[in-house]
Amino acid sequence: MAPILQSSQPWVEKYRPKQVKDVAHQDEVVRVLTNTLETANCPHMLFYGPPGTGKTTTALAIAHQLFGPELYKSRVLELNASDDRGINVVRTKIKDFAAVAVGSGQRQGGYPCPTYKIIILDEADSMTEDAQNALRRTMETYSKVTRFFFICNYISRIIEPLASRCAKFRFKPLSEEIMTSRILHICKEEGLNLDAEALSTLSTISQGDLRRAITYLQGAARLFGSSITSKDLISVSGVIPQEVVGALLAACKSGNFDLANKEVNNVIADGYPVSQMLSQLFEVVVEADDISDEQKARICKRLGEADKCLVDGADEYLQLLDVASNTMRALCNMPQEFSYET
Amino acid sequence: MLWVDKYRPKALDQVIVHEDVAQNLKKLVSEQDCPHLLFYGPSGSGKKTLIMALLRQMFGSSSEKVKVENKTWKINAGTRNIDIELTTLSSTHHVEMNPSDAGFQDRYVVQEIIKEMAKNRPIDTKGKKGFKVLVLNEVDKLSREAQHSLRRTMEKYSASCRLILCCNSSSKVTEAIRSRCLNIRINAPREDQIVKVLEFIAKKENLQLPAGFAVRVAEKSNRSLRRAILSFETCRVQQYPFTINQAISPMDWEEYVSEIVSDIMKEQSPKRLFQVRGKLYELLINCIPPEILLKRLLHDLLRKLDAELKHEVCHWAAYYEHRMRLGQKAIFHLEAFIAKFMSIYKAFLIATFG
Ligand SMILES: Nc1ncnc2c1ncn2[C@@H]1O[C@H](COP(=O)(O)OP(=O)(O)OP(=O)(O)O)[C@@H](O)[C@H]1O
Ligand SMILES: Nc1ncnc2c1ncn2[C@@H]1O[C@H](COP(=O)(O)OP(=O)(O)OP(=O)(O)O)[C@@H](O)[C@H]1O
Ligand SMILES: [Mg+2]
Ligand SMILES: [Mg+2]
Repeated sequence: MAPILQSSQPWVEKYRPKQVKDVAHQDEVVRVLTNTLETANCPHMLFYGPPGTGKTTTALAIAHQLFGPELYKSRVLELNASDDRGINVVRTKIKDFAAVAVGSGQRQGGYPCPTYKIIILDEADSMTEDAQNALRRTMETYSKVTRFFFICNYISRIIEPLASRCAKFRFKPLSEEIMTSRILHICKEEGLNLDAEALSTLSTISQGDLRRAITYLQGAARLFGSSITSKDLISVSGVIPQEVVGALLAACKSGNFDLANKEVNNVIADGYPVSQMLSQLFEVVVEADDISDEQKARICKRLGEADKCLVDGADEYLQLLDVASNTMRALCNMPQEFSYET
Repeated sequence: MLWVDKYRPKALDQVIVHEDVAQNLKKLVSEQDCPHLLFYGPSGSGKKTLIMALLRQMFGSSSEKVKVENKTWKINAGTRNIDIELTTLSSTHHVEMNPSDAGFQDRYVVQEIIKEMAKNRPIDTKGKKGFKVLVLNEVDKLSREAQHSLRRTMEKYSASCRLILCCNSSSKVTEAIRSRCLNIRINAPREDQIVKVLEFIAKKENLQLPAGFAVRVAEKSNRSLRRAILSFETCRVQQYPFTINQAISPMDWEEYVSEIVSDIMKEQSPKRLFQVRGKLYELLINCIPPEILLKRLLHDLLRKLDAELKHEVCHWAAYYEHRMRLGQKAIFHLEAFIAKFMSIYKAFLIATFG
């Protein structure tokens, strides 16, 4: 057999905090959970917020800190979207897990080991409403012996009766300052060098998502060595170079449809994600001094529509071409509507 | 063997285009803590080639000893059991598959099959634990549920398994998945790069290549390397020795679309619409994807229309393609687009020429 590759974890996992106190920027939840560690009291919890802000990390950390490695398996059930969570599956799994009685509430090996079990429902926003409804009863039935942790990106996808039973915590996108200090910590451990500009670029392009920032950092470190510049980070991030956005906008200003079509074709052939292009176009248009408010409104209306169409799975080329055509008509003050009676 | 396969570079050091990406990939896997990767870029730009060469870089030539299997998995979906059939391509170190082939059941592929594969760690004779690679194609075609199901698997089993995801349009991959990968953009090669590949093939095949001929093939390829190589081989079959202005024939279906376009430019009437419907059906039956068909229609129309009409027609093409995504029967929306075009064009003709 061929030699096997040794594996070590990617940096996002390597630098996942193991303790609640190391979770950065989410002070409120950290305070409540620190208290839990002392009193062993814990309400049902609902964590929500954008990707890469520490939700899963926090839930796993508190579960480990409460029970320690030995009891973890028997006391913590983690169900996430990678498990089938249809109504029946959820019911049986939770029932089987919750039904086994737990021992006395004594501290073991320095861990609080409270008398309840924890059920973590990660990525709960992808559960159907029916499955969530079924959970209401289950939660009530086992409320003495279990605590539920719901985790999701969108709180609006969690049905009210579940949400109202939980203490809710919003996980905020990480601030530039916190992001920077986490990144600097990793740089120190890995022996990397980042200047101030690169640090600030990294926070900007990862938009408060620390997982993304760490992935970019590792990518750049492997590709460009231990001294990393702002440019290196941009090149691994998938941000579209400003020249490309500029060229498309210039083609729209020219009033020449074929030119704009050519630019759109280039964007697609170069593989730039159109959703990303729409956000960057939006930024440039909104901030431009030489575009009137009315023109901006006309352009942005279509940008919004195209974004929605892309989410529905519409074709990238056709959507971007329509955006370009509409932008051209706005910038060159051509009529918006077709002028012949049909 | 077709030239596209025969001349697919096997190692990262042998690639003719995307040399920079290839070198970067080499550095990326030099340590064993490489993150998950998401390759994206247009069709025929060279993603598959790079992924295969990357596997070879990681695992040596054993990654090329692949077996193709058609497997059926029995899956317990709560109240009932379902069968899912999938084709996998696997070596001792990696498994490649196309989970979106399972259609609306793709969620189960991710939850049951992929998760199982990710969990199991390969162990060598000395008891050392290694990791394997799962290559998932066309992840942009996965349903939202299936994509959500992938999120935690990517984190939980990252010590035993790395994912390499591949797709055309990364806008269709959810933010949460993109945030878990290093994103690698593979742009379509420029025409001069395509020419280089064609010249390389010509040399290997001992062909006389008249100056300028490769350039013409490249120009007609729409920056798809695969298409350029395929049509280069077709030219070789049709006529050799090459001549500089030898015909480079478009694909049959494209010719058929041009016919439709001249039909509807000539006459706008219910009768014509009816005739065209037959032709659209024909194309769909021959497995031309409806969005490709619509884009080709637009492409041909844009070459013939007045500037002001171009804006209008491209708007409706985008409009009906979107509706087609949401709906179920592609033919309805294709036909609606044709009808819309006819009505716009007729109004334009009447206004202009009376
Ligand atoms: N607040 C934080 N403090 C420290 N590290 C963090 C924080 N947030 C994210 N990270 C880093 O990012 C990685 C991903 O975080 P985590 O899995 O907790 O995100 P999440 O909020 O659950 O995201 P998603 O909604 O995509 O599941 C962690 O492994 C860790 O390295
Ligand atoms: N780096 C390269 N150098 C030389 N030739 C290449 C290179 N990459 C690809 N090719 C040629 O182009 C053909 C198409 O490439 P490939 O199959 O990798 O495209 P792809 O991006 O996976 O396309 P699709 O998205 O349609 O699956 C290959 O069969 C090979 O002959
Ligand atoms: Mg999470
Ligand atoms: Mg491919």
